[in-house]
Amino acid sequence: MKRTVRKRAADSDPDARTPTPRAKAADVSQVLHTPPPAPAQAEDDLAALAARHGLSVSGARPSLREYVRQLWARRHFISAFATAKLTAQYSEAKLGQVWQVATPLLNAAVYYFIFGILLGTSRGVSDYIPFLVTGVFVWTFTQNSIMSGTRAISGNLGLVRALHFPRAALPVSFALQQLQQLLFSMAALVVILLCFGVVPGVSWVLAFPVLLLQFVFNAGVSMVMARMGAKTPDIAQLMPFILRTWMYVSGVMWSIDSTLKHSNMPHVVKVLLESNPAAVYIDLMRFALIDSFKAHQLPHHVWAYALGWALLAGVGGFIYFWKAEETYGRG
Amino acid sequence: MAERNTEAIPTVIADNVDIVYRVNGTGSGKGSATAALNRILRREKAEKAAGVRRVHAVKKVSFVAYKGEAIGLIGTNGSGKSTLLKAVAGLLPVEHGKIYTNGQPSLLGVNAALMNDLTGERNVWLGGLAMGMSREQVRERYQGIVDFSGINDKGDFITLPMRTYSSGMAARLRFSIAAAKDHDVLLIDEALATGDRAFQKRSEERIRELRERAGTVFLVSHNNKSIRDTCERVLWLERGVLRMDGPTEEVLEAYEAFTGGADKPAKKA
Repeated sequence: MKRTVRKRAADSDPDARTPTPRAKAADVSQVLHTPPPAPAQAEDDLAALAARHGLSVSGARPSLREYVRQLWARRHFISAFATAKLTAQYSEAKLGQVWQVATPLLNAAVYYFIFGILLGTSRGVSDYIPFLVTGVFVWTFTQNSIMSGTRAISGNLGLVRALHFPRAALPVSFALQQLQQLLFSMAALVVILLCFGVVPGVSWVLAFPVLLLQFVFNAGVSMVMARMGAKTPDIAQLMPFILRTWMYVSGVMWSIDSTLKHSNMPHVVKVLLESNPAAVYIDLMRFALIDSFKAHQLPHHVWAYALGWALLAGVGGFIYFWKAEETYGRG
Repeated sequence: MAERNTEAIPTVIADNVDIVYRVNGTGSGKGSATAALNRILRREKAEKAAGVRRVHAVKKVSFVAYKGEAIGLIGTNGSGKSTLLKAVAGLLPVEHGKIYTNGQPSLLGVNAALMNDLTGERNVWLGGLAMGMSREQVRERYQGIVDFSGINDKGDFITLPMRTYSSGMAARLRFSIAAAKDHDVLLIDEALATGDRAFQKRSEERIRELRERAGTVFLVSHNNKSIRDTCERVLWLERGVLRMDGPTEEVLEAYEAFTGGADKPAKKA
C-alpha cells in the first residue's frame, strides 16, 4: 500500500511543480480566504464512538491509587534523574566531584568564623564545632530541598510539556538529589567529628531513621511548594527570605535548649520553638552523633514530633500536589 | 497493514475541540506593574483590562484517527498544528470539546530530559527511563539505540559528554533515544529534518516500523515530501480551522495550490 501511495505522488508531482516566486509564498497568509467549515460530525456520534471502543479522555488526572502506582513505576527514573543532576553539577569544575565534600566544609567554616569566633555564640555549648556543623548540614538539606522543590515544576516546564510521567517525580527527585548531597556532607561530618574527639557510639545508628524522617518531611514540603511555585513562580523570589528566617529560629548556630533555660519567654513561644520541624531534626541528629549532647537537651516527645511532621508533610503534601496534577505545565 | 476490514479501531477522537491560550503581561498600556497587581487582585473579572490576551489557536476541530494510520498535519506557520498535537498528547487543556485517546499518545522527543554535561551513555539511560521504559528494556535496547544513532561510527563518542557533540550528532542521538520505545499513538513534530541524508532515510524507515507496531502516527511537517513518503492521510489546518481532511495527494494538491505551488524538487545529493 505504501508503495502505491508513493508512486501516485511521484506521478502527479510534475504537474504541480510550477516554479514559485519567493515573494508570492511569503504573502500567502494575507490573502487567506475564510476556510470552509470542516466536515463536522455530530457530537453524540463521536462521544458514542469513543465510549464503544473504550477510549479515555486525554490528559485527565488519575486516581490517587493509580497515581501512586505510576510514581512507583517511575522509581528508577526518579533516582537516575537525581544522580544525573548531582553529577552534572560539578562536571565543568577541575576538581569535579571533590566539591561535593568541599562545598559543605567551606560553608561550615564560614559559619564557624562568624558565629563561633566573631559573635561568640558558642558560650554554654560544649563541642561547639560538631554542634554547629551538624546543624548547618542538616539544615542545608531541608533548605535546598525546599528551594529546588519550589522550582521543580516551573523550572522544568520543557520536561513537563514533552513527556508523560507523574509530576510528583520531579519534586521527589530533587529531594532525593539533596539527600545524596547530604550523604557526602555526612562523610565530611564524620571526619570533623572524629577530629574533634567525638567518640563513635551505638547512637550513630539513630542517624538513619532521622534522615529517613527528614527526607519524607522535605519531600512533602517540596511538593507543596512545587504546586504553589507552578501557579505563582514569584514565590521562588520570596523563599530565600522565608528560609533564612526559618534558619535563624531553628537553632542551627545556637542552642535552643540552653537559651530557653535562661530566659523567661512565654510558654507558647517555647513550644513553638521546640516543635519546629527543622529544629526537631537538627537536635535529633546532634543527639545521635555527638556524645556530649544528652537526651535531656531534647524537647519532650521529640520522636513523636519527628514522625508526626514527616507523616503530615509527606502524605498531605503528596495529596495536595496530586490534586493539581493535570494543570502542571499548561497555559 | 491494510487490514481495515470490518470496523476500524479508532485510536484518537477529537470532538469539536477548541484550544485557547491566555498570555500574561501583554499589557496594552502603561505600567505593567500595576497591570500585574490588577491581574492578581481581580483574577477572572477583568482579564482583558489586566492585559491578558486570549489567543484562539484551534477552532472546532473534529476528526477520528484509526489504528494503523499515519496522518500528516499541514498548514502555514502559526496555524495551530503543534498546539493540536500537544492537546492530543494531553499536555494542553482544551477549552471546549473533548479528545479521547486509546492508550497514552506521546510526543516524540526526549530533549528536555537529557543533560548536556552527561555522557551519551548516561543520557541514553536517562532518556529511556524518562519515557517510562524499565531498566531491563533500556539494557536490552541500549546497543540498538547507539548503533542506530551512528554516534560510534567515528570513534568512541558515546562515553563523552553530550556538550562535546556536534549539533547533528546530538540530534541523531536524541531521535534514536526517542524512537526506541513503542508507542500506542506517536506524535512527531518536524523530527525528520535532523541529521544527514543517510540518517534521514533511516529515521523514515524507523517511523514506518513504529507505525506498524504501534498504531497511529501523527506527523507535523513543512516538508511535503516527507509527508508524502510517510502518510496516507492528511489534515490541513489553517488559522486553527480544519480546512481539509483526506487522502494525502488530494489534500497536498490543494495545499500546494494554496501556498503557491509545490515544493522545489529535492536535491539529489
